[in-house]
Amino acid sequence: MNPASLANLDTVAVAATTPDKAQPWKELGLKEDEYNQIKDILGRRPTSSELAMYSVMWSEHCSYKSSKIYLRQFGEKVTDEMKKHLMVGMGENAGVVDIGEGWAVTFKVESHNHPSYIEPFQGAATGVGGIVRDILTMGARPIAVMDQLRFGAVENPDTARVVHGVTSGISFYGNCLGLPNIGGETVFDKVYQGNPLVNALSVGALRHEDLKLAKASNPGDLVILFGARTGADGIGGVSVLASETFDSTGPAKRPAVQVGDPFAEKVLIECCLELYHAGVVAGIQDLGGAGISCATSELASNGGAGMRVDLDKVLKRDESLTPEEILMSESQERMMGIVPKKDLKAFIALVEKWEVEYSILGEVINEDRLYINWHGQEIVNVPPRTVAHDGPVYHRPVAYPTWIDALNGDSVANRGLARANDNATELAAQLVQVVSSPNQADKSWITDQYDHYVGGNTALAQPDDSGMVRVSEETGLGVAIATDANGRFCQLDPYQGAKLALAEAYRNVAASGASPMAVTNCLNFGSPENPEVMWQFQQATAGLADGCLELGIPVTGGNVSFYNQTGDVAIHPTPVVGVLGVIDDVARRIPSGWQDEGHNIYLLGETRDELDGSAWAGVIHDHLGGKPPVVSLAGEKALAELLHGASLQGLVASAHDLSDGGLAQAVVESSLRFGVGARVWLGEIMERDGVDLTAALFSESTGRVLVSVGREDDVKFVGLCEARGVPVLRIGVTDVKGVGASLDGAVVAIKDVADFNLADLRDGWKATIPDLFG
Amino acid sequence: MPKIIVEIMPKADLLDPQGKAVLNALHRQGYGKIQNVRIGKRIEIHLNDAPSAEDLEGAREIADSFLSNGVIEDVVNIHVED
Amino acid sequence: MKIGVVTFPGTLDDRDAARAVRLAGAEVVPLWHADANLHKVDAVVLPGGFSYGDYLRCGAIAAQAPVTQAIVKAAEGGLPVLGICNGFQVLVESHLLPGGLIRNENQHFICRDQKLRVENVDTAWTNAFELNQEITIPLKNGEGGYIADAETLKRLEGEGLVAFRYLEVNPNGSMNDIAGLRNERGNVVGLMPHPEHAVEAGFGPDTFGTMRSGVDGAKFFESVIKAVVNA
Repeated sequence: MNPASLANLDTVAVAATTPDKAQPWKELGLKEDEYNQIKDILGRRPTSSELAMYSVMWSEHCSYKSSKIYLRQFGEKVTDEMKKHLMVGMGENAGVVDIGEGWAVTFKVESHNHPSYIEPFQGAATGVGGIVRDILTMGARPIAVMDQLRFGAVENPDTARVVHGVTSGISFYGNCLGLPNIGGETVFDKVYQGNPLVNALSVGALRHEDLKLAKASNPGDLVILFGARTGADGIGGVSVLASETFDSTGPAKRPAVQVGDPFAEKVLIECCLELYHAGVVAGIQDLGGAGISCATSELASNGGAGMRVDLDKVLKRDESLTPEEILMSESQERMMGIVPKKDLKAFIALVEKWEVEYSILGEVINEDRLYINWHGQEIVNVPPRTVAHDGPVYHRPVAYPTWIDALNGDSVANRGLARANDNATELAAQLVQVVSSPNQADKSWITDQYDHYVGGNTALAQPDDSGMVRVSEETGLGVAIATDANGRFCQLDPYQGAKLALAEAYRNVAASGASPMAVTNCLNFGSPENPEVMWQFQQATAGLADGCLELGIPVTGGNVSFYNQTGDVAIHPTPVVGVLGVIDDVARRIPSGWQDEGHNIYLLGETRDELDGSAWAGVIHDHLGGKPPVVSLAGEKALAELLHGASLQGLVASAHDLSDGGLAQAVVESSLRFGVGARVWLGEIMERDGVDLTAALFSESTGRVLVSVGREDDVKFVGLCEARGVPVLRIGVTDVKGVGASLDGAVVAIKDVADFNLADLRDGWKATIPDLFG
Repeated sequence: MPKIIVEIMPKADLLDPQGKAVLNALHRQGYGKIQNVRIGKRIEIHLNDAPSAEDLEGAREIADSFLSNGVIEDVVNIHVED
Repeated sequence: MKIGVVTFPGTLDDRDAARAVRLAGAEVVPLWHADANLHKVDAVVLPGGFSYGDYLRCGAIAAQAPVTQAIVKAAEGGLPVLGICNGFQVLVESHLLPGGLIRNENQHFICRDQKLRVENVDTAWTNAFELNQEITIPLKNGEGGYIADAETLKRLEGEGLVAFRYLEVNPNGSMNDIAGLRNERGNVVGLMPHPEHAVEAGFGPDTFGTMRSGVDGAKFFESVIKAVVNA
């Protein structure tokens, strides 16, 4: 320890006697009124360590200051019925839902967007690591991951850099943790060019009695930091402070990127689960954004007690780290446990078994205060609540966008976008073009880099409509998760767009045979300092909250990512919605494509002429304008209940929801799933619903699912639909199963359009992504 | 403090897929003159004092028995460096 | 009938290997890496994963572990040992099987349902198969490329020590499409694909008829039970 640094230490005592010392609050991202607020709270100027803590804990990322007033809706627009299965709601590391039989699951989706542009591999890897730790912290064994990726335009050379790094990073970290990747999405759009979105979801399972919370409540309990050593990861911004206490020979540059070690996290997972099982941990918090600052202040604040910590006890990778840097470090794979003194011996025995390093930093005290010392000198003395929970709450200006009315007026119809209704050859070519376009094409080049078998409990994974994992090996109890977002729809109408994302995820869960019961979300938006972006955020959160209320499923937690913009150009508002459902026995799951020849194909739901914002409009005409499809959540609910009822009776052999690319995409995907062809006709859809051929093929009307039903179940199935008032129309039959790798004999015949050779469709659909990125 | 450096390369006659991948990438970037690329490992062994001749011998044993897999790799160099 | 399943720090598929053993009707004995006591098991499975983070070389550090030293000794005495993926890497690093395993040719991790041909049925782990039977077993690895010098390859092929060969697609650039090997005695078998992921209907690879119905991996575990019972 450099004695010169100790001499220059900015202690509480020094701060009390040097009130006018200039501090870099602006460079650390604080506003002047916030700096003054801190001075009011403390009754003096903050020390540099306190300034570092407040600046990062009050940052947008940690405090949700621009979004708080809107996120409240998720907790307010909730009925008692909705809360029935909720064991832990928003505000904790992750929401927890009771799924029956004494089991609970915890799940959440989070973003790691900006780091993934800077360093795609580590950004994505540490994104996975971070969300998995959140799940672990709730007392659960993580059982699966999913990811939602949005990249720039495929033609732009920088896109490949990001795609390769992100997919390798997710593969590297997720596979090494032993977590199956069971689904997600990959979207390409030039709006994400400088702002790729990397959202990561994890789900874990636990017995009710194993639930853990992040709180320190009992004075005398020990505060223990364990896992990886603390280094300089992620502290780029804090180097401003480092320059204050360093002499001129100190290190000049600190890395801003966090580097992940999945092996360390795997060991940590097994170690923590044994600690939980042994009952030696009273509270636990993982260290993510804002590291030790966050863990200490949150554990204390949540527990209603205080803490006394000796920061010099932290095990460091780099002895030159200053206290400010240690407080801000975002080194990965670290946890902070609250361990009762009587359990210390057992705790130590377990961490030593797994060769996990630990350090006792201090203890919980009976005071509403967080004290942090550095080599015996007090450098932090704050009320923990003010750091962790009572951060600033902004009411950012909101402005109706000047461009949106014109955008809404620029519909497919008003633009007069050409439709090839009378030209079957052209229509067939359009179908192939849409199906093979990057957003609609096969993603196995990416998903084959992920383990989907580990654990032996994966019941459904990509390309099925939801990922489904068995939780109980005795009974087959399981959960299904689907995540969806459509930035294009949200750009046209963020309120409807958010509801549409919810509807789609809900429908996907239902289509696999599960009953939707909880929601998580990752809200990716532009800068909150842009009033038009705040309008989008306001609209989207309202749409999502209203939608959840109508569907009767609560938001259990989520994440907000602001500042996704380059210069003045923001990304499309992209609220990723994840829906989790429960299934009593995963054996009842419904695959997303037909496996049998000679089954009837039914289209459930109604088709309207809704091509605005569709994949067809984007791919064929490079157009985005108009209004997104209407949503009827009552209709989605009825549809979901029908599918549930039908699946309980074993009537449905396959079910695939309709979304991007409409009916054309759904028919092709259902045929490609197991290589079984189909013969479909569209005339009855066109007649009953009053739409033309293009709309029948490509409209993205909601509330629709394509199902296949065995002949012997026809009557019962149709009867069930009619009894529940769900529109049902037989539109085809499944055809010959293709033989061998060349799928000999399999065709997709669409009357009045074309007979497509299934192998040709497959080749075009499968080649796009590897040709671009392989 | 001087340290012992161990350099390990994949055996010349065996596959080096990493080297090949890097070579292809360099060719794509226009470095046509580069004939071949092979990728190995450099390991630093730090002792409390400057390494003696005995230490170097011990390092060679470790390098042969553990740091490298003699079936697929060769220890191409061991030396002391400042 | 007791089958040991080893756990190193970083092992991932031990719970799945244990399930496979249980489904076959044997008792699972968890074997901790630091413990050289094999607890009188009748056979051992070295499961897949990233033991020690694949640091230095895959399986290199695990090969030095006390439990591995004990397994090597026991294998020399005839104990049946199955090395799956990382387990295969450990067997190779321990010199119980010849050759080496390096990064996949295309540099990417690959998870796919892999067709294999069973080329040797005179081992403790393959006696329940038919000779040249074609099976489908999930494969998932990034460092699965089998390499060996010309002499070794000649010997392996000449002496019939190749236990499994990749069919249709070589997913990692393995020489001679070698997916798995056996030792001379027939008690030690190593392979890159994961039989423990194809033992339970509903959770295995797709078959021609039905989603996730493949259970070709079950025969590995049936075989060893037969081998031990008949020993």
